[in-house]
Amino acid sequence: MAAIEVRGLRKAYGAHQAVAGIDLSIAAGEVFALLGPNGAGKTTTVEVLEGHRRRDSGDVRVLGIDPAAGGRAWRARIGIVLQATNDLADLRVGETVRHVAGFFPDPRPADQVMAQVGLADQARSRVGTLSGGQRRRLDVALGIVGRPEVLFLDEPTTGFDPEARRQFWQLIRAEAAEGTTIVLTTHYLDEAEALADRLAVIADGVIVAEGTPATLGGRATAEATVTWHGPDGPHCEKHADPTALLKRLAAEDADLRTLTVTRPTLEDTYLTLIGQSR
Amino acid sequence: MSAAGTYAPAPGRAPLRVVIGRQIRMELLLTVRRGEAVVLAMGVPLLVLLGAGLTHATNVPGNDRLGFVVPGVLALTVLSTAFTGQAITTGYERSYGVLKRLGASPLTRPGLLAAKTTAILCLVGVQLVALALVGIAVGWRPEVSRLLPALGITVLATAAYCGLALLLASLLKPETTTAAATLIYVLLLAAGGIMFAAPDLGTAGWFILPLAAHAQALRDTLTDGADIPGSIWLSLSLWAVISLAAAARRFRWE
Repeated sequence: MAAIEVRGLRKAYGAHQAVAGIDLSIAAGEVFALLGPNGAGKTTTVEVLEGHRRRDSGDVRVLGIDPAAGGRAWRARIGIVLQATNDLADLRVGETVRHVAGFFPDPRPADQVMAQVGLADQARSRVGTLSGGQRRRLDVALGIVGRPEVLFLDEPTTGFDPEARRQFWQLIRAEAAEGTTIVLTTHYLDEAEALADRLAVIADGVIVAEGTPATLGGRATAEATVTWHGPDGPHCEKHADPTALLKRLAAEDADLRTLTVTRPTLEDTYLTLIGQSR
Repeated sequence: MSAAGTYAPAPGRAPLRVVIGRQIRMELLLTVRRGEAVVLAMGVPLLVLLGAGLTHATNVPGNDRLGFVVPGVLALTVLSTAFTGQAITTGYERSYGVLKRLGASPLTRPGLLAAKTTAILCLVGVQLVALALVGIAVGWRPEVSRLLPALGITVLATAAYCGLALLLASLLKPETTTAAATLIYVLLLAAGGIMFAAPDLGTAGWFILPLAAHAQALRDTLTDGADIPGSIWLSLSLWAVISLAAAARRFRWE
């Protein structure tokens, strides 16, 4: 049974249709990324899955249970990593982790979780004194302390510097390695590419493409772009299969130091998909 | 992490009332950590008690100054903590995402509301006892025969103020909530019934001015040892029911 099943999800805020019929199927243990521009419906979708927001229509099952009806036992199997918040500023890191751990029937030891996220030295610091990156690591700690089967992350690395983002990715990969199903929304394509087993692009409330990072939008079979500098100036050609061209160039003894062969990046594919939906 | 199918939750280790109990302790701990807010919440009532109760700074009906002022100060404290303080704190918690985080946790939204309400009741209880002791120390002699109705009316007032606080925090931005809650506090204080007599609006007055009504009820029970008029019971019951119902409908978690 899939960890998450969504059929025909719809949600409108007044006159604005935020989610206009979405189908998703996420297997247990998968890392699934939902990509899309701002206002596409990513956050709304995830909030419906978390049980935080009521949907207008559609069938949703997370771990077999409708989030709208999810009680405490269901909530104890879910983990949510919230975006940077300023709450809890007067509490100490250790206190916060232990307090949230107390909500769950079988939590990880607080010290273990804090060590895992790299906050072991900050256990007695007040949350308000943490840096932005440390705050987010605390958010992750609070999300995973309950040993969730499904972990939700909504735009988790917004505003992070590159190093903090890599560290965060390591945390998520470690969690995924333990078999946790992870659902993440992001508009960072490198993040989706680095973390996701599968991803879907959502725009204007509908899913416009679904696949793995390598094959999304037919990326793997799209044309390759070959560029090189010949004696008569720069060349640029597109071929579905550049093999013949490359053999010819090698035979011609062209200057291969300037040769590049590229397939569309995930970003190119994504922008094409978004553009098509407009 | 156990594989799917072998997950065996032990709900006995975290029954709801234990979790709520922990959340209540956490709410109180946070209140103590923000000690300056508690001091402020007690400061004004204390000043009023000593200022209006011991000096002739204001015109108080009758010749039992403390008997008039102390119950009024107790009512004022309930307003200050259960309405003003609660509105401000909830407003900021909502804007910071605390409510969203806790409501989405196994604590659940009803659990969170229950914890907050109980924490407020505890806090109000401690403050009232402290102020009553100060009052007694400076000469107030309360009647204890009607303690039960006094407690009952105080619980109604607390519930009414909590509902209004949550409603306000839901509808406005935190800065606006702070301003509005403080303004309402000042207006109700100025309307009277605490440091000086409330305007004589008859029975209608008890419906328009819940603070004055509560103060009068405490005066009737604790100073005079009499019963609380039915109109005051009705007024505060209506305030409590309507404000809690409105809060339950309109409350937004983020």
